[in-house]
Amino acid sequence: MPLTHMPTDMNSIPAPEGLPLVEMRGLKTHFFTDDGIVKAVEGVDLDVYSNRTLCILGESGCGKSIMARSILRIVDNPGRITAGCIVYRAADGQTIDLAKARPGSKELREVRGQDISMIFQEPMSSLGPITKIGKQIVETILLHRDMNKAEAKEAAIELLDRVGIPKPAERFEAYPFELSGGMRQRAMIAMALSCQPRLLIADEPTTALDVTTQAQILDLIAELKEEFQMGVMLITHDLGVVAEVAEDVAVMYMGKVVEKGDVYSIFENPQHPYTRALLQSVPRIGAEKRSRLPAIRGMVPHPLARPSGCTFRTRCDSFMPGICDQRQPALKPKGDSEVACFLHSEEVSHD
Amino acid sequence: MTSVTENIPVDNEPQAPELLGPRALMWRKFRRHRIAYFSLWIVGIIYFIALFGDFVAPQAHDERNRRAIFAPPQGIHFIVEEEDGSRHFQIHARRLQMEIDRATMRRTYEEDPNDIIPLGFFVEGHEYDLLWMIPSNTHLFGPVDADDHVYFFGSDRLGRDILSRIIIGTKISMSIGLVGVAISLIVGVTLGGISGYYGGWIDNIIQRLIEFIRSIPTIPLWMGLAAAIPLDWPPLRTYFVVTIIVSMIGWTSLAREVRGKFLSLRNEDFITAARLDGLTDWQVIRKHMVPSFSSHIIASLTLAVPLMILAETSLSFLGIGLQPPIVSWGTLLKEAQNIRTIIEAPWLLIAPGTMIVIAVLALNFLGDGLRDAADPHAH
Amino acid sequence: MLGFLLRRLLYMIPTVFLVSVVTFIIIQLPPGDYLDTLAAEMSDSGGLDEGTMQALTEQYGLGQPIYVQYYKWMSGILLDGNFGISFERNLPVNDLIWDRLGWTFTISILTLLFIWAVALPIGIYSAVRKYSVGDYAATFFGFIGLAVPNFLLALVMMYVAFKYFGQSVGGLVSPEYLEEPWSWEKFVDLLKHIWMPIVVVGTSGAAALIRIMRANLLDELYRPYVVTARAKGMSEFQLLLRYPVRVALNPFVSTIGWILPTLVSGEIIVAVVMNLPTTGPLLLRALLVQDMYLAGSLILIVSLLTVLGTLISDLLLAWIDPRIRYQ
Repeated sequence: MPLTHMPTDMNSIPAPEGLPLVEMRGLKTHFFTDDGIVKAVEGVDLDVYSNRTLCILGESGCGKSIMARSILRIVDNPGRITAGCIVYRAADGQTIDLAKARPGSKELREVRGQDISMIFQEPMSSLGPITKIGKQIVETILLHRDMNKAEAKEAAIELLDRVGIPKPAERFEAYPFELSGGMRQRAMIAMALSCQPRLLIADEPTTALDVTTQAQILDLIAELKEEFQMGVMLITHDLGVVAEVAEDVAVMYMGKVVEKGDVYSIFENPQHPYTRALLQSVPRIGAEKRSRLPAIRGMVPHPLARPSGCTFRTRCDSFMPGICDQRQPALKPKGDSEVACFLHSEEVSHD
Repeated sequence: MTSVTENIPVDNEPQAPELLGPRALMWRKFRRHRIAYFSLWIVGIIYFIALFGDFVAPQAHDERNRRAIFAPPQGIHFIVEEEDGSRHFQIHARRLQMEIDRATMRRTYEEDPNDIIPLGFFVEGHEYDLLWMIPSNTHLFGPVDADDHVYFFGSDRLGRDILSRIIIGTKISMSIGLVGVAISLIVGVTLGGISGYYGGWIDNIIQRLIEFIRSIPTIPLWMGLAAAIPLDWPPLRTYFVVTIIVSMIGWTSLAREVRGKFLSLRNEDFITAARLDGLTDWQVIRKHMVPSFSSHIIASLTLAVPLMILAETSLSFLGIGLQPPIVSWGTLLKEAQNIRTIIEAPWLLIAPGTMIVIAVLALNFLGDGLRDAADPHAH
Repeated sequence: MLGFLLRRLLYMIPTVFLVSVVTFIIIQLPPGDYLDTLAAEMSDSGGLDEGTMQALTEQYGLGQPIYVQYYKWMSGILLDGNFGISFERNLPVNDLIWDRLGWTFTISILTLLFIWAVALPIGIYSAVRKYSVGDYAATFFGFIGLAVPNFLLALVMMYVAFKYFGQSVGGLVSPEYLEEPWSWEKFVDLLKHIWMPIVVVGTSGAAALIRIMRANLLDELYRPYVVTARAKGMSEFQLLLRYPVRVALNPFVSTIGWILPTLVSGEIIVAVVMNLPTTGPLLLRALLVQDMYLAGSLILIVSLLTVLGTLISDLLLAWIDPRIRYQ
């Protein structure tokens, strides 16, 4: 179940094969609000591979959702991508820089829903409220696949069946408000998978669901990943979920990736003080004593008041005056993972 | 790991934006709404005119002049040219020369550039009581010689000054809005509050009543009620009855809004918390619920005032609301009821009409700005 | 759906009852009763017919308690369709009102269509292109439309039409067609006249609806389901019409409920100014001379038809929004 099922067996995860599906380099997405510029995503480098699950981990407001939405270019105003590239490698080997595509352009629309699809946190508000479930799925199929209406309907019912919705032919005619939360999220997944995407982005797909349903939905996603051989980017703040399904993990804090690596190195040998603090804040069954659960000290700074230097320094137990508040640490390899922290750079040795 | 340093020195820490109280936030948001802020000034000026009408009006509104029937608006001029060619500054108007075409019985007026009427500020004129108390005969602006007549907005069929009549009418028209809104406020908040706070069957009855009132076309209903006012009633009584008729519908939207707020607030955690703290119903309403929606109420009240003004105007225009000698914008427009009069003297329509549009526009913009400012979640 | 319809019909019963009571009160409001007026009228014209008086006293229950009078009046209407007599013209009310009511509702419904045709596209445009020049223009027009009273707009338009276009104003057809039977030419002439009351009556409603549509759509435009539709790869235009506009349309449709009463109101007052052969001038005249059975019947029927229109709009709303149907 989602909580603290830590990977104990030492099978290490094989390194990714081939070229990444999506390569992000120096991605910046900023929100130009009346009160100032909110730097939601501030220089992110990430690779997403097919047939692997990448988990993006971080607290609320760390920019993980905005980063994911930037891939599909569905960031709402006043948000804009201001720098960087998002290179998508299509099945035929051609590449498109999604960050530079014209908004609403045909090439962008053809990637959306067909090559890369997305499921969202709130299955209720993410489905059109007064359109039948079936119609919403059929609509997607007709957009991207060469089918007539009858075939699309058949395909949609098949999908509903595949994602575990009982009596799919009946549910095809149902409105979203007639379904339970779990069923809605299944319908949402059916819609996302309707064109057999190569990458599925799931933005906290289980947050709004109860615990048993959460596990079912995660299992479903994992199963479908195997079946369709697709890449999955799973956004979550739930460490249990990460341990359960991830191959790769990236930890974000205030719009930056502070540490990334495969799930074993992150869980067994966390390098960044933030990652360590996150892992310590999880309750463990059979922990030595009934001591207070450690929490990360302080609060996430106001988005308009980013600390200078390393953004985590205001909450960091290893803050080094004169270093951390002067320069920004870059992501550098350390063991099997990469970390952005001065504790691990050669110039400043510590410990 | 390293030992924990509890208090990290935060010297060069950038400060998060300052937190403002709700009132200050609203005011800031309102100030940003330029048209609304401008409208606040306009509305202020209009109510000033309503209060000090006799002082602002250049002439007595009921003074007739047989030599200036349907006189067109006169312009204001600034430079006087003497016979010897020298020029000097003197605000003035030009006297009108009337000619009657005996065949068509139409009057034509011509401004005579050589016959000037000097104008000035704080001039002496007819006597009045300022704010119903202080006797005075000083007027803001008008002819220096109290025996002269100038018609800036023209005159009507009895030779009365339209400008002065509009100014005096402001008092009635604008106050109908205020009094009507006050009645709406009392009825609406009481019924809406009861409806929303207690719910159940009483809510059901009040809702049905509101639905009923809203589903009837207002004009025929108003007409029916207003027509029943006897013509021989004293003006003040007519005024109040018309106001009550006009406010009969205004309270429904207010009651709905208050009910909606009560319903949504009733389930809020802070209300539950206040209740668990042992506050009585009345205390909860007064200390926690009313403050959280009072700004909405103020905004809807502001938006209700123009509706009342328009309603009064319509009824008086049809001749079943206020009756002469009461002067209101509606009764002034009644003078411009048929197309013949309008073609002969368009200012009878244009001047009061413009005044109504300005007042209603300003109140609408103001209300809109207030509503936007009161709602932190608006787009 | 059937259950919904039945429930709505049940709700209508108290409303209809209240409407009739209010109308009856209005009929009773002027001092003196119908019979006095009629007696005065008859003695003026010479013959005071005792037999007629007797019959009328019986028919209206005059001199009896007020609820008996109400009962007699209502049962006359319900059982015989008898609305009483207009004493001013000495004709049954039935002979006077139906043509005019027909015109009133023709104009009101045409105005409703006009408002929809104007407000829907402009409202959508205004919301999608928020703060554009077009949006500001629409907002400005909206405020002006709300600020100008109907009758003032009617007067201004008549003045402009007369002064600058030399068009005959007032009435629905040119004087030469008044007594003519219906023909193609008369119909064209009607179209030339009828647009003006429609525009005048519709302006404030259109202004209000543009603002409502804009606000509704702005509420919906940034909902997650719009993002979902975008993420599916739909084009902006497609997704706009299929999702947020459809949802925003519901409150828009429900506004018919209150806009119909205001249209009928507006039509009545504009008809007085423009001298149209509709309910307005007849009602005003009846009220001014206190021809109360005629005035009461007009108020009653206009109100009832409006309530009926509201019912239809509710049903329409339930038809397009499944959430209401299933409640």
